[in-house]
Amino acid sequence: MADVALRKVVKRYDDVEAVRGIDLDIADHEFIVLVGPSGCGKSTTLRMIAGLEDISDGDIMIGGDVVNDVPPKDRDIAMVFQNYALYPHMTVAENMSFGLRLKHYPKAEIKARVTEAARLLDITDLIDRKPKQLSGGQRQRVAMGRAIVRNPKVFLFDEPLSNLDAKLRVQMRIEIKKVHQKVRTTTVYVTHDQVEAMTLADRVVVMNKGRIEQIGTPNELYHKPATRFVAGFIGSPAMNFIPCRLEDVGGTLQIRLTDRIAFPLPPARAARYNALPRTDKLLLGLRPEHLTESHAHLEPGVETFDTVLDVTEPMGMETLVYFGLDGTPVCGRVNPNAGAKDGAPMRLAMDLNNMHLLNEETGVVL
Amino acid sequence: MADVVVGQASVTRSTGVRKRSSLRNAVKHKSTVAFLMTLPLIVLIAVLVLYPAVYSLHLATLSKSMTKFVGLGNFQFLFKRETFWLVVEQSCIFAITAVIFKALIGFIVAHFVHNIPAKGQRKWRGMLLVPWVIPPAMSTLAWLWLFDPSYSAFNYTLSFLNIGPVPWLGEASWARFSVILVNIWIGAPFFMIMYLAALKSVPDQLYEAAAIDGANWWQRIWYVTLPMMRNIIAITTLFSLIVTFANFDIVRILTAGGPLDQTHIFATWAFKVGIEGSDIPLGASVSLFMFPILAIAAIFILRDINKRGNEA
Repeated sequence: MADVALRKVVKRYDDVEAVRGIDLDIADHEFIVLVGPSGCGKSTTLRMIAGLEDISDGDIMIGGDVVNDVPPKDRDIAMVFQNYALYPHMTVAENMSFGLRLKHYPKAEIKARVTEAARLLDITDLIDRKPKQLSGGQRQRVAMGRAIVRNPKVFLFDEPLSNLDAKLRVQMRIEIKKVHQKVRTTTVYVTHDQVEAMTLADRVVVMNKGRIEQIGTPNELYHKPATRFVAGFIGSPAMNFIPCRLEDVGGTLQIRLTDRIAFPLPPARAARYNALPRTDKLLLGLRPEHLTESHAHLEPGVETFDTVLDVTEPMGMETLVYFGLDGTPVCGRVNPNAGAKDGAPMRLAMDLNNMHLLNEETGVVL
Repeated sequence: MADVVVGQASVTRSTGVRKRSSLRNAVKHKSTVAFLMTLPLIVLIAVLVLYPAVYSLHLATLSKSMTKFVGLGNFQFLFKRETFWLVVEQSCIFAITAVIFKALIGFIVAHFVHNIPAKGQRKWRGMLLVPWVIPPAMSTLAWLWLFDPSYSAFNYTLSFLNIGPVPWLGEASWARFSVILVNIWIGAPFFMIMYLAALKSVPDQLYEAAAIDGANWWQRIWYVTLPMMRNIIAITTLFSLIVTFANFDIVRILTAGGPLDQTHIFATWAFKVGIEGSDIPLGASVSLFMFPILAIAAIFILRDINKRGNEA
């Protein structure tokens, strides 16, 4: 087991820069998830750590040693691929033991390791089958088993759950978490699914256009996003961004959303935003769960307004409501018993204690 | 009266329904439909393959004048002739050596071509296919000139190295070498293109997984490429073995079986005995010998494919 460090790592394909100088420190035993939309450079980064792609510039270190020119087989890593990449002509046991056999481990040790990994992943009964005789979830377990038996310094997962159906994905997500709790190997996991990222990671690395947007624990990313990209990418349904401006009315700072709707900011927020120029084009960032139905007893900082709903989506435990504020589509989450109906007027409450204010041009959260 | 009429009508209707439903049942059986759709080809094969095969079986049992039934007489006669055993030996050497080298060269070249960037690859694929595309009779004629003892390009070039002149087609061992060489030249591109297709179908991630597992270049070929290509290799080898075994044009044009019948293979000797020697029944008997040998090879190779069928 080891820590992993990336220093100003760059990957260029001809004229295109896929990864634009990223720095990342991954501690020993840590579970790091790289997440971002397709083409953001997350898979390329993972493949550079694995040694499957050369790096154009910078350094990659595993366990303190620079591994830029070390071939994959000597990096002591194990990788789980999206399409499993199991050898179709080998049985499950042979697939899992292939790496050990190439390294001429004693037969007894190979057997012990394979048996232990199979037990851990609950695939003991499948050990003599060929990959074709397995379901998608079982293949994924075997691919993980192949990684575990090697007892490597680092596990690399390249979108391992993308080929599974939704139900199995949730199940395997829990399995992966359980396995990591048991083996505690440093793990780098790539996914485009922010739910996977949030649920699995010790820390999440959000990538966009070849750069790291933000690194943080799932809670940090959710509650304190650094940029508009992170704020919009993490969380489902996504955060609302409503154009707004700040104004001073009678000594209090207030936020104006439309000609009709303006609210005084809670004192803590007012103090934080007071220094901002009033002319800046701003965006109010508000998660749907902070736009709810109105109550009789509202906390300070929660303001109400009336709107007409465009569409409602009953989800069972909650109902999503969609409406427009001066043409900007906005989503809220209300209690299913609050009486939200398509096309009906409704009084909603906006919790400004949880608001974010963003600079519209730079996308930075202020 | 009215009742009877109604009864008749209902009877007709029910037979109609039964007929239609039996047709529908037949269509439901996919195998029936498949058989009907392949029927034209089956008929064609029966006319062009089965009939001549049965007819040659019949011919092989006749006397030289084709007037008397001699049973297995022709075969007994063949077994006693030294030339026949020479032909059996040469056919096996010719086919097996040629197929091994074609497969080997095809595999190596396919690897090289596979590693050429996609842009230049088409050009190379096209050029490397040329020997296989030219009608063999024509390219073999060109080889015949190259092998000419006195004026050929080969011996002329070798003369600068103070070697030769080599009797390419004049001496038994050299002639055997030459016919095999030409067969390899013509047939290797077929292996190359089949292996190239097989190589392209091996997912890159398998190689990446193997690289991470610690496999070196050779181990990647041995543990990933070859097992993934096994079925293609088996089928290509069988197909090539059949075609090479039944080869006629190369030997006929280069050596016509000579010197001293040393390069004859089944097809050329059958032609010599049957057509040139005017003993069609004996010629038919010779050509029939290819069948059991190839059948045994086919059974072995195809059985292996069936065994592995459920892997990939």
